[in-house]
Amino acid sequence: MTPLLDVRDLRVTFPIRPEGAMPWAKPLPLQAVAGVDFTLNPGETLGVVGESGCGKSTLARALIGLVPAAGQARWSDGQDLLALSARQMMKYRQDIQMVFQDPLASLNPRMTVGQIIAEPLTTHRPDLSRAEVKERARAMMDKVGLLPNQINRYPHEFSGGQCQRIGIARALIVEPKLIICDEPVSALDVSIQAQVINLLIRLQRDLGLSLVFIAHDLSVVKHISDRIMVLYLGKVMEIASSDDLYAAPQHPYTQALLSAVPVPDPTVETAKTIVPLAGDLPSPLNPPSGCVFRTRCPRAQARCAAEVPVLQGMDHQTACHFPGPLTEAEIAHARRREAA
Amino acid sequence: MVIDQQKMQSLSDRLVTDEVRGRSPWADARRRFWRNRAAMLGLTILVLVVLFALLGGQFAQWSGEELDFSVMGQVAQMGQPSIANGHYFGTDNLGRDLYARVVQGTQISLMVGIVGAGIAVIVGTLYGATAGYVGGRTDQIMMRAVDILMSIPYMFVLILLLVMFGRSMSMLFLGIGLISWLDMSRIVRGQTLSLKNREFIEAARATGVSSFRIIIRHIVPNLLGVVAVYATLLVPLMILTESFISFLGLGVQEPLTSWGALISEGAGTMNYGTLWQLAFPLFFFVITLFGFFFVGDGLRDALDPKER
Amino acid sequence: MALLTLTDLSVRFATNDAEVRAVTDVNLTVNAGDTLGIVGESGSGKSQLSFAIMGLLARNGRASGSVMFDGQQILNAPVKVLNRIRAEQIAMIFQDPMTSLNPYMRVADQMAEVLTLHKGMGKREAVAESVRMLDAVKIPDAKSRIRLYPHEFSGGMRQRVMIAMALLCRPKLLIADEPTTALDVTVQAQIMALLSDLQRDFGMAMILITHDLGVVAGSCERVAVMYGGRIRETGPVRPIFAEATHPYTQGLLDAIPRVDQEDEELRAIPGQPPNMSNPPPGCAFQPRCPYAREGCDSIDPPLEIFAPDRARACHAPVAEVLARRTTRHPDTDQPAAHPAAHPGAVADSAIPRGAVAGAGAAGTPTEGQP
Repeated sequence: MTPLLDVRDLRVTFPIRPEGAMPWAKPLPLQAVAGVDFTLNPGETLGVVGESGCGKSTLARALIGLVPAAGQARWSDGQDLLALSARQMMKYRQDIQMVFQDPLASLNPRMTVGQIIAEPLTTHRPDLSRAEVKERARAMMDKVGLLPNQINRYPHEFSGGQCQRIGIARALIVEPKLIICDEPVSALDVSIQAQVINLLIRLQRDLGLSLVFIAHDLSVVKHISDRIMVLYLGKVMEIASSDDLYAAPQHPYTQALLSAVPVPDPTVETAKTIVPLAGDLPSPLNPPSGCVFRTRCPRAQARCAAEVPVLQGMDHQTACHFPGPLTEAEIAHARRREAA
Repeated sequence: MVIDQQKMQSLSDRLVTDEVRGRSPWADARRRFWRNRAAMLGLTILVLVVLFALLGGQFAQWSGEELDFSVMGQVAQMGQPSIANGHYFGTDNLGRDLYARVVQGTQISLMVGIVGAGIAVIVGTLYGATAGYVGGRTDQIMMRAVDILMSIPYMFVLILLLVMFGRSMSMLFLGIGLISWLDMSRIVRGQTLSLKNREFIEAARATGVSSFRIIIRHIVPNLLGVVAVYATLLVPLMILTESFISFLGLGVQEPLTSWGALISEGAGTMNYGTLWQLAFPLFFFVITLFGFFFVGDGLRDALDPKER
Repeated sequence: MALLTLTDLSVRFATNDAEVRAVTDVNLTVNAGDTLGIVGESGSGKSQLSFAIMGLLARNGRASGSVMFDGQQILNAPVKVLNRIRAEQIAMIFQDPMTSLNPYMRVADQMAEVLTLHKGMGKREAVAESVRMLDAVKIPDAKSRIRLYPHEFSGGMRQRVMIAMALLCRPKLLIADEPTTALDVTVQAQIMALLSDLQRDFGMAMILITHDLGVVAGSCERVAVMYGGRIRETGPVRPIFAEATHPYTQGLLDAIPRVDQEDEELRAIPGQPPNMSNPPPGCAFQPRCPYAREGCDSIDPPLEIFAPDRARACHAPVAEVLARRTTRHPDTDQPAAHPAAHPGAVADSAIPRGAVAGAGAAGTPTEGQP
């Protein structure tokens, strides 16, 4: 099967001017995304997880062309999206849409719901008549569980969950092949969150969409994704099918991350062992040599500082020199390091 | 029972087909504005002043250029405000009807204020929004140009313009228009920069909406609140500027007049017992400024309820 | 003896549009050394409840009922009394540490100020005590870090500084309002572990306010679930998670995806949370409740004890809820049947903006509040 999207060595670098530097001084490069490889098959959901500062939102913005990126991102027809000019990219923009984190902030407060949902359509299909555009917007509202008669209302008249439905309707109206969801449910309440997740899953199934689903909540990602990619400091740590990753995480970082997720069950929650991570996230301006995770890794050794680990494995890929489940001794060691 | 069900069905059908009219943020703001007493007072004052400027001339017994020879020379004794001789506001030092002159002064001062603010709104908004949205080098160049224009003492430039090219209304508008938009463009640029990173702008960019359309459809409508508030504060500022120039004797040229010119004349003759010559133009000047400030305050509260 | 007793505590906000009933008739007790979790979604009134206890309501808010702390009535008490109690007996920590730290003051000065003011310590002594407290919250190299400004700490460290500051006077009760919502999971785990260690060491009681049932499961002994301004279910943590007897608690637990289990489709709660300026008549959960029956839309069920130490507010019998004998089957991804049928239902935020003006730090990820 040809993948819908094949990303190779994607890099996003922001120029950062150090504090107090002269205006003509050369800015320092901050690698927000430092060489990410993955493929996405048609109809598949790829979850992207990581903590704040891992570059997951930047990755999303790079894929959709909101921030300039280096590397390759081949579409299913063989075209490298990153090599296209803004004008050439227009053709592909219809195929890739995005759903944003903050439901209300992603909608223009001065436009009606109908105008908001129709905007991608009026941009890409100027040939359609007004009546046709409106008809499609109403149909789309119905599809995402909004009452079509609310088409003339304004975003502030809706609750957060409904606003996110409006955002999803806007993304779907041009019949895209890929939707990038940047933390689409993290601003929603638990009961509403489940509604939106179910809606996304249903729409994906009905329309055969591919999703890139970015979130910091690992349980949500597990629920919706076929495969999951774990990012740390702009690099891929581990990428595997959802079941594999949660059942047998190989990378120490993934294990630490998973152990920290609170489980709504007192029996499980009080019995589990949490793998502590020492220290803070290093500055992306000055990332550690070798493996970027080594400064906080319970298993770090000399080799980790010298050599950059590459993603290894077939279906379950891990970027670690010493993959495998952490032992009791290693966790105890990590705990001592944290206490020190 | 069957009928009932049909009724219910048609009701729910209607619910789906009848489009609910939305309550736009503008409508909300309008409602809050109408409820603000101070703002309504300010608005009433402004409406009355505008009516006075438009219709006041109808009631004048004298034209503003006519000299009343019966008063001339003994203005302090004969030129007081009186209904009987038709000089409602008295006469000026030359025996001209002050009422007619205040009407004319109001017209010109309001015009200067509104045209000045209008130029500021149109030029400043588009300039600032473009600079802020495009960003990068364009932004740098555009804003440095504003900095340079701002660093020139504008009063000096204005006076120079008026002296070199002669004192005329068009020169006055040109001069005031030249300076009025600078502040506005800076404010608008700042607002645009913070709007630019909002998610709904990103959403529009992600779907490929052109920059021009983003500025017109997404940025400018969301700026209008700030612009409207600042514009109401700018009008009195323009009136003040014009008054100051006229006070210096460089503004509008006789026989035309403005509030500033009238106040200047009135202030000059204060000591001769003709205080009304100062009082009437000053009264209009002051209430108008208050009116604008109240309205501006009301607009700010109405458009930005979070600030309270 | 109960350390804190709330009796019929209600909070009302007067807004331009309507009166908002943020909290209605809450009865709670917290014993010394206990940990109580208060769970609810945004707009459920959980944060306003804690603000009412602390006397920190926004100006348009009115609290009624009674709050007895250590045998003393503190609800609507004079500011002087409140100030003493707030600093020395009850401390509060918020979601965003920057709201309670002054960005222009060194941490040392801020912490020492608390001690000199309330304990009458000398400056030198106060700083030494502050360093000890920073050590207690496991800030590495506390001695030199205390000279830093708040913004020089990372998010997790800043939260630790705020906790240290709250504990300076060794309070008997700590109210933690969404203390980890803004943090990453690994940091969250560290902060929660720290809080439970500190609670044990200092022997204080804690009220943990959160929307995250997972956090409650790990660190609380008792739970109170709030919805629409009322407590709907309360009891020890294990039975509530094992067999929730209120339809809302049950729905909430069903709606959460879990990392440790294979779950098929999430059972979402249909509909939207109620608008508390125009709450539904009867039970606030009735429009979304799968067990709704006659009477639910007219009579708000009172909180009744049904087993030792457990109480619930629901008309449906316990057995029916436990056996999941529902009376209606809503779509799992659809909003309420037809929200436009009653105009109040297409509501924006549950609490109008004015009501939370004073609650800058409050809140979950805000649903519908910009």
